Amino acid sequence: MQELELKNLYDDFRDGETIKAYAKIIAKDAEKLDRPINIMEVCGGHTHTIMKFGLPQLLPKNVNFIHGPGCPVCIMPKERIDHAYVLSMQENVILVTLGDMIKVPGSNGSLQDARAKGADVRFVYSPMECIKIAEENPDKKIIFFAIGFETTTPMTAVLVEQVIKLKIPNILFHINHVTVPEVMVELIDSRDVHVDSYNNEIDAFLGPSHVSVIAGSKIYDKFPKDYGRPVVVTGFEPVDAMQGISMIVKQFVEKRCELEIQYKRVVNHDGNLKAQDLIDSYFEKMSLFRWRGLGNVPDSGLKLRDIYAQYDAEKVYKSVLPIAEIEDHKLCICGDILRGMAKPQECTIFGTACKPTTPIGSCMVSSEGACAAYYKYGNLI
Amino acid sequence: MTKTITIAHGNGGEENNELIKKVFYKHFENDILAKSEDAAVIEDGKLAFTTDSFTVSPLFFPGGDIGKLAVCGTCNDLAMMGAKPKYMTCSVIIEEGFSTRELEKIVKSMKKELDINGAIVVSGDTKVVPRGSVDKLFINTTGIGEIQHKGISASALKEGMSVLVSRDVGTHGATIFAAREGIELASTLQTDCASLYPEIKRLIDSGIKIVAMRDATRGGVSAVLNEWAKSSDVCIEVTEDSIPVQEEVRGICEMLGFEAVDLANEGTFVLAVAKEDEAKALEVLQQTHKTSTIIASVSEQYKGRVLLNSSWGTKRFLDLPTGELLPRIC
Repeated sequence: MQELELKNLYDDFRDGETIKAYAKIIAKDAEKLDRPINIMEVCGGHTHTIMKFGLPQLLPKNVNFIHGPGCPVCIMPKERIDHAYVLSMQENVILVTLGDMIKVPGSNGSLQDARAKGADVRFVYSPMECIKIAEENPDKKIIFFAIGFETTTPMTAVLVEQVIKLKIPNILFHINHVTVPEVMVELIDSRDVHVDSYNNEIDAFLGPSHVSVIAGSKIYDKFPKDYGRPVVVTGFEPVDAMQGISMIVKQFVEKRCELEIQYKRVVNHDGNLKAQDLIDSYFEKMSLFRWRGLGNVPDSGLKLRDIYAQYDAEKVYKSVLPIAEIEDHKLCICGDILRGMAKPQECTIFGTACKPTTPIGSCMVSSEGACAAYYKYGNLI
Repeated sequence: MTKTITIAHGNGGEENNELIKKVFYKHFENDILAKSEDAAVIEDGKLAFTTDSFTVSPLFFPGGDIGKLAVCGTCNDLAMMGAKPKYMTCSVIIEEGFSTRELEKIVKSMKKELDINGAIVVSGDTKVVPRGSVDKLFINTTGIGEIQHKGISASALKEGMSVLVSRDVGTHGATIFAAREGIELASTLQTDCASLYPEIKRLIDSGIKIVAMRDATRGGVSAVLNEWAKSSDVCIEVTEDSIPVQEEVRGICEMLGFEAVDLANEGTFVLAVAKEDEAKALEVLQQTHKTSTIIASVSEQYKGRVLLNSSWGTKRFLDLPTGELLPRIC
């Protein structure tokens, strides 16, 4: 068998000519639209692609992006970041988490600051690395601070399974996994408290492909059906994104409202049933999860099932974990940005007091946040 | 400035610059330091003088080790000012329990690299500290070189000039990353770590006027271009497709979310020349590395900024890398 090279997975999907061709198709179709449309890309990965490759520069004026809340680091409320900080400061604890999480500031500072003060904080690319860390440090508790949407949840579930199977005594979990469809419903129903009316402007959604690789496209069935919003499950390369946008525009031109899959090379309706079972074995829904900038969203978070309470750091370390909710800075408008009611440049502290090196609001903290993407890539448009 | 120093303050990017400005420049301020070149030019432009410390982990990596790096790093900084490396110091801080054999291996590798540069170590220092006080071995080297090509400066770029890279970018950062403990990446990548003086000598001998030259170490090519754009108050317009990146480096970047232009190099430099010298410079550079190419031209479109032009007609700014990219890469 011929070996598949990594470049085969993305080269064609970044082809300049193909991108230009889609831009032409979209522009032509958009002339037939009877009103401007706003497409929300739910996922921070899409926001990153869209801004990095400058796609808004290629779109007609009546096709706009609204940048959604799909960045697991950005949506983490400060009190949960404080949990990570406090846990890392406990004696004989090694706190393990994924990349960007170590940069997010809580009320006492970030995990990076905790590390500078002597805490043992490590970041890994695969949760399974926790097992090696646990073996090398038998006298310490390894706490895996788990973050992410449907895409990363199975990796945490595999680690839970291994910890139980191999009877590893010193790995605990602090679970912050969240789910996409629940927050989409919240965004459609969201209410602007300032004017006391419903005024979200989302006309359609670009669904993240990697979430549907696990959860299937079925999680979006209800959006065209019950909420009148088309969804196109779309890949992350610029050609994918342009094709996804073109499919949405076509639906509006042809007066259709459907769930479609652009990323057919991997995604199907049912998704990865084995991964879904695994998640279901160890996790259950939390009745409320507080999203930074959005507030409480029903059924949008996961926690370890009660029978695994002994592995749950939130329960084991309950006495030291702060519980009070912490609000964002008064001037920060991340909530409005996440709801699609404002763009980053409309914020008075964007790029001045609030920068990637000194983030104040949630959207600036990770490279996948809308403000960070605008700061890094979007300053020409 | 934050109250405590974080890893990000050593990243060669924005936080690093802030630390240097707000703490060191504030107190050490003088005209020579303020030029902020790779090496200080002293004694009426006769000598170049520089220092660097090396803390890379792991100590041995594909294509090099900390010893080779310690000589290349300092000699390259001298070479970047058009100087021939001549005298060096070598200070080592060793953790108790370190293997003597490995130490000698590292010193031998330093000697080999010194010979390539035609430089000698004329003074040194050794300190041994209790276990846990340093991670195995840290090395500091200081070097003096004799300037053979005057007037190289980060603030000399003008509209119409061309910018070249000496080879494909990002291999050192990607190699160290792949070799790091805990990252299970099978890779045949080798660091670009190399002494650049012989190549620089060929450039000088060819009669080209070198306008600006800098090795793209921490912060990568994007840090160099940003510094030049700021220092010279010009816009550097990069053609994104022209930046040479090895497939394997590109793959690692894709997987981990990095950009090759942000990754560190230890034997790759960026060169600015007048348009009429462009072809000759490229010919000389390609004698050493076929991947060498022209990546940008200088304009006045957005002064002080680096502009990236895509093949599908969009543009964006290329900024200094921020945050913690890779722990201890050099």
